[in-house]
Amino acid sequence: MDNPELLPPGFRRWFSKRGWTPHPHQLFLVDEANKGNSGLLIAPTGGGKTLAGFLPSLLELSSEGKNQNARRHIHTLYISPLKALAVDVARNLEQPISDMNLSIRTETRTGDTPPRKRLRQKQVPPDILLTTPEQVALLLADKAARQYFSELKYIILDELHALAQSKRGDLLSLGLARLRNYAPDVKLIGLSATIAWPFELGAYLVPQGENPDRTAISPVQIATTDVQPDIQILKSGERLPWSGHSARYAYLEILEHIRKHRMVLVFVNTRSQAELVFHQLWHMNEDNLPIALHHGSLDVQKRRRIERAMTDGLLRAIVCTSTLDLGIDWGDVDLVINVGAPKGASRLTQRIGRANHRIDEPSKAVLVPANRFEVLECQAAREAAAAGAQDTPRIRDGALDVLAQHVLGMACAEPFDKQQFFREVKSAYPYRNLSKQQFDQIIDFVATGGYALRSYDKFAKLRQNKEGQYRAANARIERQYRLNVGTIVEAPMMKIRLLRRSPVSKSGQVTVPLQGGAVLGEVEEWFLEQMVPGDTFLFAGEILKFEAIRENFAYVTRSRSAEPKVPSYQGGKFPLSTYLAARVRHMLATPAEWRRLPPSVASWLRIQKQKSVIPSAHEMLVETFPKAKKHYLVCYPFEGRLAHQSLGMLLTRRLERLHAYPMGFVANDYALAIWGLKDLSLMIERSDLDLGALFDEDMLGDDLDAWLAESSLMKRTFRTCAVISGLIERKYPGQEKSGRQITFSTDLIYDVLRTHQPDHILLQASWADAYGGLLDLGRVSQFLARIKGSIRHQPLERISPLAVPIMLEIGREPIYGAANEQLMKEMAAGYFAEAEGRDGTRPI
Amino acid sequence: MALGQFSEPVHDPTPEAVLRLGGRELIPDCSGALWWSEEKTLVFSDLHLEKGSSIARRSSLLPPFDSDHSLERLKNAITRYAPNCVILLGDSFHDTQGLHTITAANRKVLSVLQQGRDWIWISGNHDPEIPTEFGGEVHEQLTLRGIDFRHEPQESIDRFEISGHLHPVAVVARKGRRMRRRCFIADEHRLIMPAFGAYTGGLSIQDIAFQRYFTGTEKGIRILGRDRVYPVRNRDLAAANL
Repeated sequence: MDNPELLPPGFRRWFSKRGWTPHPHQLFLVDEANKGNSGLLIAPTGGGKTLAGFLPSLLELSSEGKNQNARRHIHTLYISPLKALAVDVARNLEQPISDMNLSIRTETRTGDTPPRKRLRQKQVPPDILLTTPEQVALLLADKAARQYFSELKYIILDELHALAQSKRGDLLSLGLARLRNYAPDVKLIGLSATIAWPFELGAYLVPQGENPDRTAISPVQIATTDVQPDIQILKSGERLPWSGHSARYAYLEILEHIRKHRMVLVFVNTRSQAELVFHQLWHMNEDNLPIALHHGSLDVQKRRRIERAMTDGLLRAIVCTSTLDLGIDWGDVDLVINVGAPKGASRLTQRIGRANHRIDEPSKAVLVPANRFEVLECQAAREAAAAGAQDTPRIRDGALDVLAQHVLGMACAEPFDKQQFFREVKSAYPYRNLSKQQFDQIIDFVATGGYALRSYDKFAKLRQNKEGQYRAANARIERQYRLNVGTIVEAPMMKIRLLRRSPVSKSGQVTVPLQGGAVLGEVEEWFLEQMVPGDTFLFAGEILKFEAIRENFAYVTRSRSAEPKVPSYQGGKFPLSTYLAARVRHMLATPAEWRRLPPSVASWLRIQKQKSVIPSAHEMLVETFPKAKKHYLVCYPFEGRLAHQSLGMLLTRRLERLHAYPMGFVANDYALAIWGLKDLSLMIERSDLDLGALFDEDMLGDDLDAWLAESSLMKRTFRTCAVISGLIERKYPGQEKSGRQITFSTDLIYDVLRTHQPDHILLQASWADAYGGLLDLGRVSQFLARIKGSIRHQPLERISPLAVPIMLEIGREPIYGAANEQLMKEMAAGYFAEAEGRDGTRPI
Repeated sequence: MALGQFSEPVHDPTPEAVLRLGGRELIPDCSGALWWSEEKTLVFSDLHLEKGSSIARRSSLLPPFDSDHSLERLKNAITRYAPNCVILLGDSFHDTQGLHTITAANRKVLSVLQQGRDWIWISGNHDPEIPTEFGGEVHEQLTLRGIDFRHEPQESIDRFEISGHLHPVAVVARKGRRMRRRCFIADEHRLIMPAFGAYTGGLSIQDIAFQRYFTGTEKGIRILGRDRVYPVRNRDLAAANL
């Protein structure tokens, strides 16, 4: 396999001219391709992975001779999760092509490609097309798709680990199944970072047979490195905070690191954290080190400028979110600083790989925990990374809403036979377990809505031809499909425009017409909706004053205030991985390991041991104690914020039924605190409250059902499914804001559908999402099974050291959950108070 | 970071959130209906029956159960109040097609509800004509003890008016949380009702469309909760006009 003879002389010369020797893992793909096989290459960053992926294709194209100028077909399809990465890879590919004087045409196709170029790409296809999953879906829905892809030889899937476990990966897998149908000999090349389940990705690449128990897997090559990353936890002279996410104590020390390195990436978990950290660093930055900010909400132009500055070596540090997690080599990074909790061992390893993009040199990283629990998590992640442990999620069953979208797309391309199509869909690894019944329901849903008792036959989107094949009913439906393609459903965003002067007069009236102003970027609508004119917030590294909203824009001015009303933390997108959580629990339970922790954290745990208890690794600790006339129950599941939220909703329902009068709860990644008016310690002592029964798995039955009926998170999940499946059309900015705005939300559809057809396929799709997504019910269910019979209760006189962090969260964060009725009640109380206070003049 | 609040176990003694037009007491119901107790009259607005099938005809195949849903809720409210008279303030049907697409079962529900009471259809812009076979009386507008009942509010009124058409919702914000709720909105002369139908969206009462009808700053706002209505002050409205 490591035989360099695999490469023709021209390629060997090219490698040696650059001082390179082909790595064995690079030749692996060539070898497999020669045998007619697909192949998966797993290698850490810096291993020349992308070039390896293209080698088989470049070799074949170069040997074809120069007479394929009249090509009518694509030879190689490269698919990347990011359009920027596709563009970057296309640029890098030019090097070997021009150096070796190969006659190979490469082109990119993304959402930004102008219509003229797209049309030309269809008429005169390039040899290699570099694109994204959504564009593949669009190309496949074209009537000429079969012809276009009939001679396809290679599909290269870059950063496959970032795609495969998502709905985008589901859509892509279905597209690949169709491509294999059009070009049966096509070879798939998967490129991935190190992951926990490599053989699942191997299965993703090849068609699955009828029997889901016998998984087909492509050859897999795992390239390892002997070089251990150098990961340190910031040794701070400062005391570690109990709670919070700002890591404010460490800023001077972070600056010191930036000073000592060429180029530093400072990763944080959320946009608001990025704003905060950047703002503070800039404030203390007395040497005027060039530090920049990068996150997904910033204006694209602005982001591109920062990326260029980075490539050109003009920057010393960038504060960024997961937008810089993937792919592109932006520059000569020699240190990664991770502020906050790493959340997962693999995630941390991938981030650290951003430093030093060379496989044979160690990457250097510093972890900066923002609070005491995060110290435990950082320590666990550090040990996991050193051990090379991986905790990426598994590929779950393909989403049904995505399948619905794909069905419509394929009906646009050409008529399909239901039975054949079913086999094709099942050949995609994520859909191998799909039942015929589910498939039929999906076809029915796409065609006529899939409603029992009443059907929309007259308005059907799919119609059958004489042979019984299904096709899109008309051209309008094809248009609809093209506008709705894709699985990313963003929260509605609003653009921010910066005015030089406030448009609001002293009397509070908007005096000048609102227009113009530079666009700084965009934020979620809900964020602006909770603001009052005059409120200040951090965005794009500045403190801005909110002035007004008109049409699609939020108008702001620069603020002179020193303390912004910072956007709330809103939690990271990623929950603490099960693997890291187990490591943290173990560390907590093993006092011998505390020595490795900072002194303030170790002594915190020692006092906990004196005042309360330290649970063993398999136990869950529940503490009950009174504080300020209320009674608290604090438990420590370590299952992540989303799972704790769901658990909190379910537990409070049960406590309400048991007349414990719960009043509220608060959750973070590690713990959950519930409070109420009844003495919970006493209730437990008198056996009025049985903790085993309270945490019993049966809470996922009726309690769950009742909660889901009104949960706003469930409604949000439903909305996503409704958009992806094509039930409702995607809204585009501006489209819905023109003129008088009557908004008609999917919540109304959810209520009606849930009442009248609770087993509808779209609700099934939403439940499946709720299991993993915003409600993380899968995690709750695993947790309840894990702690059965292992609950350790400790009644206390007062709050325990371990409970302090979660208790500090109370009142800091916006209210969440089923709070609507309570909030309205409070507002009504304000109304009545006013009514009684004023003589005669009652408010209306 | 997630904080849930639950109702306290004390009984809530808040009085009814009555609205008054020239001394006549009108009780907003959490279903979106309005109860005029003295006249034993129950008022509804903007049912938009058959909106689902109307949208399906044009674009999205929405669940076709919206009429069932709306009529079920209509029936519940009528059963609770047992009115002598029911007034529907227009846009009862989403479009003229709806008169044909409504199921026989739902027509039956309507005719049963009409028995033993006066039933008044006010015509709206979506349903300018309601055929006699649907029972009840059809009026463009109706005056009852000095109150005009019509679909679309008139800019200048000389007496009192109860109307619909605008689908008012209040966007309220508190503790960093925002809610959008259907609501009644009124001053001393005018009351605009929320839309009742299952698929009826809403228009924020801070939209410019409402400024034509409510010039003063003081407005009575009653938002619909799960099992009661809540009065809110004008200043509880979210600042952003969304």
